[in-house]
Amino acid sequence: MLSHIPQAAQDADANIKLAKEIIGNCVHCGVCLSRCPTYAVRHEENDSPRGRIFLIKGMYEKGGAPDARTVEHLDRCLTCLACEAICPSGVEYSKLIAHGREYVEQHYRRPLFQRVVRESLIKLLPNAGLFRKAIALGRLARPARGLFSGTLRAMIDMVPANSLPAPSSVDRPQTFAVKPGTARRKRVALLNGCVQTVLDTAINEATIRLLQRHGVEVVVAQGSGCCGAPAEHMGAEDKALPLVKANIDAWLREADGPEGLDAVIINTSGCGTSVKAYGHTMRLDPQWADKAARVSAMARDISEFMTEIGLMPAARPTGMRVVYHSACSMQHGQRIINQPKDLLRAAGFTVLDVPEGYLCCGSAGTYNLLQPDIAQQLKERKVRNIRSVSAQVAASGNIGCMTQLAGEVGIPFVHTVELLDWATGGPEPAALAKAQMVAD
Amino acid sequence: MQMPEPSQAIMNQRDALAVALRQIVGQEWVISDEAERRPYQCDGITAYMAMPLLVVLPGSAAEVQQILRLCHEKGVKVVPRGSGTSLSGGALPLEDGILLVTSRLCNVLEVDAANRVARVQPGVPNIKISEAVQHLGLCYMPDPSSQLISTIGGNVAENAGGVHCLKYGVTANHILGLEAVLMTGEILHLGGAYLGAAEGELDLMGVLTGSEGLLAMVTEIAVRLEPVPEVARVISMSFPSVEEACACVGAIVGAGIIPAGLEFMDRKVLDAVSVLIRETFDSSTAALLLCELDGTAVEVDALVDVVSDVARAQGAIETKVSTTEEERQRIWSSRKLAFSAIGKLCPDYYCTDGTIPRNKLPEVLNKMADMSVKYGLDYANCFHAGDGNLHPIIMYDAAKPGDLEKAEAFGADVLIACVDAGGVLSGEHGVGVEKRDLMTHQFTEIDLNQQQMVKCAFDPAELLNPGKVFPTACRCAEFGRMHVRNGAVRFPDIPRF
Repeated sequence: MLSHIPQAAQDADANIKLAKEIIGNCVHCGVCLSRCPTYAVRHEENDSPRGRIFLIKGMYEKGGAPDARTVEHLDRCLTCLACEAICPSGVEYSKLIAHGREYVEQHYRRPLFQRVVRESLIKLLPNAGLFRKAIALGRLARPARGLFSGTLRAMIDMVPANSLPAPSSVDRPQTFAVKPGTARRKRVALLNGCVQTVLDTAINEATIRLLQRHGVEVVVAQGSGCCGAPAEHMGAEDKALPLVKANIDAWLREADGPEGLDAVIINTSGCGTSVKAYGHTMRLDPQWADKAARVSAMARDISEFMTEIGLMPAARPTGMRVVYHSACSMQHGQRIINQPKDLLRAAGFTVLDVPEGYLCCGSAGTYNLLQPDIAQQLKERKVRNIRSVSAQVAASGNIGCMTQLAGEVGIPFVHTVELLDWATGGPEPAALAKAQMVAD
Repeated sequence: MQMPEPSQAIMNQRDALAVALRQIVGQEWVISDEAERRPYQCDGITAYMAMPLLVVLPGSAAEVQQILRLCHEKGVKVVPRGSGTSLSGGALPLEDGILLVTSRLCNVLEVDAANRVARVQPGVPNIKISEAVQHLGLCYMPDPSSQLISTIGGNVAENAGGVHCLKYGVTANHILGLEAVLMTGEILHLGGAYLGAAEGELDLMGVLTGSEGLLAMVTEIAVRLEPVPEVARVISMSFPSVEEACACVGAIVGAGIIPAGLEFMDRKVLDAVSVLIRETFDSSTAALLLCELDGTAVEVDALVDVVSDVARAQGAIETKVSTTEEERQRIWSSRKLAFSAIGKLCPDYYCTDGTIPRNKLPEVLNKMADMSVKYGLDYANCFHAGDGNLHPIIMYDAAKPGDLEKAEAFGADVLIACVDAGGVLSGEHGVGVEKRDLMTHQFTEIDLNQQQMVKCAFDPAELLNPGKVFPTACRCAEFGRMHVRNGAVRFPDIPRF
């Protein structure tokens, strides 16, 4: 599609020049609308990928500060990337929307409330200590939830009903050697994440056990932490970059050390999409571009890595019916579709797909907090679809989706690695054991 | 592209009109902000853009009726739009007209498995009908390549075809009933949940199907459901030359076989879709035919052998038969996404839609090669070979001055060649604005006058989608047949719809 973005703007900003090329690849066929969650809810071109491409085009053509309506429609995008995954013309929407959002944050002054919420989230999420305090605060506010609406109520509702697990010792920097008597096949770094270390410590614990059992040494590298995605999704590149650089440094220190590193393992697909894009994020910085590209090339979702090294035979017959919810960052962002399901099958589970599986559950990082209305509609639709297949347990590879859906689907919701760990000799996932006790 | 001169007087009333329309559909469903109207400037053809006066998204048929009544009263033009995938510019907005978008009317209202009928709203994407009835072993057969998102209302407006229309027929063959609203707000109920018009009545449903939004707004459709064929397999046949592939098309049909689909893709298209299809093609392959055979297992097995033999006799390098349903789906999805995949090869493309007798395929394709040299523009071919429905994809760069004009002239030459070969301007994309000015090449003035009189009978004020299909404005006032004079209708004895 032809755009008329002024040459001067393109010369001044490499991201605008890139945007012009990306827009040029769009032929306006409309296929992306069929997969877009916001279009499924709103049925309005401005809330579709094709519409947002037009809006971004208009924003750059006009220059200066974008108007409030354009910003609202760009905000409504979940960045689920279902559009990019189905686009036959290869339009790189992810880059277009990411740089578009940076432009918005640089040129548009948001109303005070939005600014406070966004800045708080950017500070809170990557910091486990602060995040814990915020959850405690949210719990206090719960009885008064009726007094709040919109984002604030969504925040209060997001606070887990159960008490938080104690911080896990596995999330501290250290090395987990393979079990004595097992040959070391690989050595990997694990991204423990930010939110995950607060909300559900069992996921990293299960991941480490699973890897160790398969002869893989796991390093939690000193200095690694939040991948930077929460800030990046809100267009705050300046806040994301220090986190990105810290991770790159931490992992390359290991990779270039005497022991070396075969991969960076990520068990939260939202973070995986982000780490795999480090190469693009840092491409214009000559000091970091190569290093970032190296890290991106080493990044693997745990399901990709387990597929590569091969899953050992199941230690116990589980035979459970698992409904597998593929996170958007997994299926669209990273195009990992069959590996998690194949691993679950190999581990002895019966795997069921979610109808309309391409649709986002509405979690989408901080989206459920910033756009509670659309998020709620998508959540209800996803819950209906998951319930429709009558499974015994639901599994996913992304903490965000698990938090969004766990309380609603009527069955235990666990991470894929927890099931793989259990089937190959680890403990039964806590959520399953608890459900079993209730049933007994 | 010459469009009717916009009326400044109407454009000046934009704000007042927005207020009146918001009373009908609610605040948020009238889009008046300029930034938000911009994404509605074009449909599937980006070469033609116009800023709509307002964009209106009704939530019910009753709202459609009120909107049309209001616009009729105020003399405001109305352009209907579904998902905006038209390849003929059928939903190109008018600066002095509202864009009436059906995307919120997207419910499957009723599925009647016993009678194999579904009642649906016009904004339902084509594929959603089949998805809604797949648990019953049924489907909606017409499958235009845009079916993931193109709406059934738009399919009715364009009388859309698709891969499977060779065996199963086009949209018109699968529509059993329509509810439509005239520009005056009058509601028509046409057809019913059965096939064919009642005896002695005009087939007005047939008139509306393919009328490109010029006659009425369709607000409900009863579609025919078909059983999903027990078995379907697709044979990929590669040929060393375009001529041999074309000859094979005639040979298959000549052997007495009506495949479920028979599609042609040339080398350029193959290279563009090879990633989607997850296959690479031998360097000697110049063209690929995809032939789908469906029916009972025994029938399909027998037909596969016959078609494979025919292909080999016609010089096929290789014939491959799909072995799983997943493989078959993948092959078809690559074909259906082929147009968009061409977007990877060039900044812009222009796809046209002439249809010719099968035996003229080699002749017209050769002419196309000459035209490509003449205009200096590359092109690719991907089309419904079985029914001679050509879709040359002309590649150009809108940023290059004069390129679009050359592409348009190339496209026009192709269409003229189609008509001269005994064919027609459009197989399934419609005339819209894209082929409008070529109508005089296919039709005589008498033909066109007659067609315009139909338009005038439905919409004498010429407010519905004007500037489309006909190269000149209709002369409804001149025809004047249906005008009410002093409250008395002429020829009161003739039954009216």
